Amino acid sequence: MNRIIIVGAGQAGGQVAASLRQQKYKGEIMLFGDEPHPPYQRPLLSKQYLSSEEAEDRVFLRADKFYNDHSINLRISEKISEIDPKLKTVTTDKGETIEYQDLILATGSRPRKLKITGSDLQGIHYLRTLDDVNSIKAEMQPGRKLVIVGGGYIGLEVASVAVTAGMDVAVIETEDRILKRVTTPEMSEFYHQLHTDRGVTIHLQTSVSGFEGEDRVSSVLCGDNKIKADVAIVGIGVIPNIELAEAAGIECNNGIVTNDHCQTELDHIYAAGDCSNHPNPILGRRLRLESVPNAMEQAKVVAANIMDKEKVYSAVPWFWSDQYEHKLQMVGFSSDGEKQVLRGDKSKKQFAIFYLRDDHLVAVDAVNSARDFMAGRQLYGRKFDVVKLQDTATDVKDCLTQD
Amino acid sequence: MTKITFIQHDGEQQTLEVEKGLSVMNAAVDNLIEGIDADCGGECNCATCHVYVDDAWMDKVGPTNDAEEAIMSLNPERKDTSRLSCQIKLTDELDGLVVHLPEFQY
Repeated sequence: MNRIIIVGAGQAGGQVAASLRQQKYKGEIMLFGDEPHPPYQRPLLSKQYLSSEEAEDRVFLRADKFYNDHSINLRISEKISEIDPKLKTVTTDKGETIEYQDLILATGSRPRKLKITGSDLQGIHYLRTLDDVNSIKAEMQPGRKLVIVGGGYIGLEVASVAVTAGMDVAVIETEDRILKRVTTPEMSEFYHQLHTDRGVTIHLQTSVSGFEGEDRVSSVLCGDNKIKADVAIVGIGVIPNIELAEAAGIECNNGIVTNDHCQTELDHIYAAGDCSNHPNPILGRRLRLESVPNAMEQAKVVAANIMDKEKVYSAVPWFWSDQYEHKLQMVGFSSDGEKQVLRGDKSKKQFAIFYLRDDHLVAVDAVNSARDFMAGRQLYGRKFDVVKLQDTATDVKDCLTQD
Repeated sequence: MTKITFIQHDGEQQTLEVEKGLSVMNAAVDNLIEGIDADCGGECNCATCHVYVDDAWMDKVGPTNDAEEAIMSLNPERKDTSRLSCQIKLTDELDGLVVHLPEFQY
């Protein structure tokens, strides 16, 4: 049996297929995706694609003919509904049973849904897929009222595109600051100001209790308060797609549990991308990441291990977010820091915050400061002289100190 | 169509005919050129599509833009001829372009 089956045609799944061919895998590759599209870039969806700065063909990772040219059997709009790890087979939702030599679970994640009064009204959207964004784009007209539920990165990226396009935008956040789950109060404050300066209304410590309207949503209910809405977008996080793995008896715990080779506990079954819960040797703990760099790197590790190249997944996590004309790039987790050093000028919207623990670098948040971001990636874990680091005139590299 | 040649660190060469208007990165990704990772998909976020432009082509390709400069300034593999391939569009003028790949992408 010389066949590899990849479940999920997102960024991780597509990259596993490409990396296998790059590494001269000669057998059959089947790539299953439940969406009606070949692999595409998800980060653009809430940014340059939503704003129409990039056209649809730019969203796809590779030209259509790529899959044929490289003998990748891409089966879109087809779902795998069952895995039998003993027989080494999968069964599709159309009832076809197919044998595999190796199986890759790149099943991704899905938006967490609100199940409250009126949540099935028209005009309420989630943002995960290309089709989701196409329906949102059709609703974005100047002057209409958009209510975004959730002040996380997705919600705020949408807010920046929508308010720029002339919509009347409100963001509703349960916590006492936006981005609370993912960043520090300093960064939350910077982004809060940025959005309110552009005309976005932010309601903090406000929980949505329901939606009102005839067929379509007309307002969002927050206890006794009512916020008018022509369109609502809910961005309250994602849930990893683990059900298929669980049903096959693969250990899952906030994601599909893998070792440092991206292998699950079952022979010949791997997991990569948003759905994987994996050890990170640099951070010294297990992680489940919603991140493209992670999906791409894990895909390469999976392909290498299938080709017996013994590759360990070990990378410092990094992320980015575009809001308005400002680029935020992040390395590591700021919550790991106990001390922070600001470099640059917040009022000029060009700065970076370096986060340290015992004077060792554990994270960087860089706003329009790609150089500091790269410094963060290269010097992660190194020991710094905090006094020197505070002096922005001193180059980051010259702020290192002996461990 | 336009021609582009990639020369690997070990000297292995591949010449492709690709559609005009693509970026050098797109051409590499569509044709499984090793050594171009392109993690961020061409947004100048990751610096994993680094190439060295052949000396003979440097004038036509031109130097780094500000976004590239910022993200590449600390790259240990950086040379005077370094560019991020997502930022080079394959125009008529670049028909026949030759680029070299670094040993490691960051």
